[in-house]
Amino acid sequence: MIVEATHEGLYCRAGDFYIDPKSPVRQAVLTHAHSDHARVGSRRYITSDSSRELTIKRLGKGIELSTFPFGATFKLGKATVSLHPAGHILGSSQVRIEVAGEVWVVSGDYKRDDDPTCERFEVVKCDTFVTEATFALPIYNWPEASTSINEIFDWWMKNRSNAKASILFCYSLGKAQRVLGGLLTHTNQPVRLHGAIAPLTKIYREAGIPLLETLPATICTNGGDRIDFSQDLVIAPPAADGTSWMKRFGKCSTALCSGWMQIRGNRRRRGYDRGFVLSDHADWKGLIKTIKETKANRILALHGRTDVLVKYLREDGYEAEEMKPCRLHTKDSKAGGGEK
Amino acid sequence: MRAFLTLYGSLDSTTSTNEKVEAMQSYFSNVPPEDAAWALYFLSGKRIKRLAKRSDLKHWLVEASGYSQWMIDECYESVGDFAETAVLLTSHCTVPDPKAVEIKLSNWVEQKLLPLNDLAPDQKSETIKGWWNGLPLNMSFIATKLLTGGLRVGVSRLLLARALSNSTGLSKSIILHRMMGHVSPSKDMFTALVDPDTSFSQVSQPYPFFLASPIEKNVGDLGLRNKWIAEWKWDGIRAQAIRRKGKTFIWSRGEELVTERFPEVDRACSHLPDGTVLDGELIGWKKNVLSFSSLQRRLNRKNVSKKLLEEVPVRLVCYDCIEYNSHDIRNRPLSERKQILSRIIQRANQTNLTASPIIEATSWEELKLRRTESRARRVEGLMLKEINSVYETGRKRGHWWKWKVDPYTIDAVIVYAKAGSGRRANLFTDYTFAVWSDDNLVPIAKAYTGLNAKEIHNLDRWIRENTIERFGPVRSVPPKHVFEIGFEGITESKRHKSGFALRFPRILRWRKDKGPIEADRLEELRRLFFPIS
Repeated sequence: MIVEATHEGLYCRAGDFYIDPKSPVRQAVLTHAHSDHARVGSRRYITSDSSRELTIKRLGKGIELSTFPFGATFKLGKATVSLHPAGHILGSSQVRIEVAGEVWVVSGDYKRDDDPTCERFEVVKCDTFVTEATFALPIYNWPEASTSINEIFDWWMKNRSNAKASILFCYSLGKAQRVLGGLLTHTNQPVRLHGAIAPLTKIYREAGIPLLETLPATICTNGGDRIDFSQDLVIAPPAADGTSWMKRFGKCSTALCSGWMQIRGNRRRRGYDRGFVLSDHADWKGLIKTIKETKANRILALHGRTDVLVKYLREDGYEAEEMKPCRLHTKDSKAGGGEK
Repeated sequence: MRAFLTLYGSLDSTTSTNEKVEAMQSYFSNVPPEDAAWALYFLSGKRIKRLAKRSDLKHWLVEASGYSQWMIDECYESVGDFAETAVLLTSHCTVPDPKAVEIKLSNWVEQKLLPLNDLAPDQKSETIKGWWNGLPLNMSFIATKLLTGGLRVGVSRLLLARALSNSTGLSKSIILHRMMGHVSPSKDMFTALVDPDTSFSQVSQPYPFFLASPIEKNVGDLGLRNKWIAEWKWDGIRAQAIRRKGKTFIWSRGEELVTERFPEVDRACSHLPDGTVLDGELIGWKKNVLSFSSLQRRLNRKNVSKKLLEEVPVRLVCYDCIEYNSHDIRNRPLSERKQILSRIIQRANQTNLTASPIIEATSWEELKLRRTESRARRVEGLMLKEINSVYETGRKRGHWWKWKVDPYTIDAVIVYAKAGSGRRANLFTDYTFAVWSDDNLVPIAKAYTGLNAKEIHNLDRWIRENTIERFGPVRSVPPKHVFEIGFEGITESKRHKSGFALRFPRILRWRKDKGPIEADRLEELRRLFFPIS
């Protein structure tokens, strides 16, 4: 076992490092900057070049951080390590580890769909592939991202004509910027951002990723006039729903943007007016395609419906196992939660 | 079909009542009456029964999707709706024919859906698999929905009536009244429903029931005691008895015609004057009220044996008179309707037809005392009705209140959980509770309601993190959390492991202050409810 599951997270003994550890460790390789993967307290961090600014934003300027370009190999103990794009968010990586000629790849979170705001997923051949399984059920089949972006735009325009603000809830890092990038093909109207999303968006912009112009969702202009939101699209994290922050918009329509929205029950239970299917994780066919393309002969599944994926792969003749006891995410495959 | 799919799409994608009404209003104003009739049928929650067996459908889905049975079960558990599961699992092999939606709703139902019953099993299977593989996704979904049950799209009858009233100019109450009863969907049916001539009415047509709401405030705040009529809240089947043109029709509150199942009540009603409609409760009665479960034995049988008739004789205990001398008197004050009722019942003079007595109590305090007799009288509590109230439609708050007795309670431990369906899909909301018998926990009740969203969320997370074993969709959990379960009655039952069945079990609260060892014991329950046996 080049990588084993421990309570602190995935551990590579040969290189004496952890991948996305849950508690402070000596040496941590981070696949990406989402808060359930990048946690404070470790002595030294390693991540990709393009994840640098996001990691610093999350963990603070004081951390010891080394970054590497995608594809560059470096030695950690007896392990030869390199990072490869995972297509999840800007700078997200798969971790390739080679020890004595055996190759393991830890996928981190990944997707195969179009996303102009991050590096495209790279297939890395390996002997053992450690894959995520957030959406490992064949009911999850994402529509083209452009279809969902179209729907978001149409919804916004319809609300506009009814003088209603459009409040789109989605994860602050990755999803929000993907929407901002996608809408560029439809409009050059500025979009308003919740305060939690603005600094992350700035980092994307500074990385040279084309995004729609954005404005803050403050109540008043600098001149002190109340802002009329009735024509606006506002992007906010789901946690902002139901708070007093929402009061400023008056009449509005709400929507959630997430892979979980593929299921009608989830859409209806959440009480949003609309649900748009747009995920930064691989859907079922994305998972199966990736597993095949890596040519790995052993598959280890981590997070989400690992039970389903493993059972399916075994029926298909694979050597497959769930990676336990550790769970990188704190939540089970909770409907409407946990997906980042 | 296109218009109906668009309507369904709009209803499903909004939570706003006004938008729903607008969407329906525009639909009803723009489609031919034969389509409107079917749309109304499905939107009001009615369904065509027995088109296909669930087990067959599952089998066909295995064939159509290429996934194993276990995978389909896993998917269903996450989705919580068979039709949606079928569409999601076949979408990758669908080559939709966009022209499929051109067919009229009524034609599709009458020429494609209803004839399924005449097909041989393999033809039926090919047809349905053909739908999954050839219909556009939204039509495939609706088609499967109609095969497996109702549409359930969050439209109440009241909302439908509002939309129809807006699109026709007829009053809501006329529409609601005309929507009652059984009429098969057709051009004529819908044309009659929206007919501006309001003099016409069908002989068997019931009125919409007026439903009371549970009282939340202190009864003292209702004002003067003598402005309110109090009566027992009988524990039976709410029903309407219609006597018109020499015929009797008995409708249950579920709008089922149950006349034949209660021949003794049918006979008693033949002594009513023509043009009379009474609102009451069907109750098993032998010297005194019989239990609800014995009444259920009567309800379940279309043909009643002589023996059962003797064991469980049923009577209609009447609350109200809503039609008299062929006149709709729902707008007369309750006090007046009560007088008319009592006169009619006296003249009919039938054992199986009585008036629900008015409870004498000069003060609220005295009435509170009378309420404590409820359990002994086998009633659910009291009804309070404003003396001048009219007979409204549906559940309108303010004039009629139900003031139930407090439920029985036990403390029980959660031992199993299962995900719900529909909007509770993928969320553990169906719980099984157990009590102690010696050192074992025996399941005593299942309950689905009573927790708030936050509690459901917390319990869901705990269940996921503490699952001991999975049995298909059911998970067992360690005995840890104790809940207070409320219920209305208990009967011995061979079907349950514990030997008892609780009536209307629901969660009253999460007893975080109690450990599993403090849950109730089966022996105590037995002592409490069956002291002799």
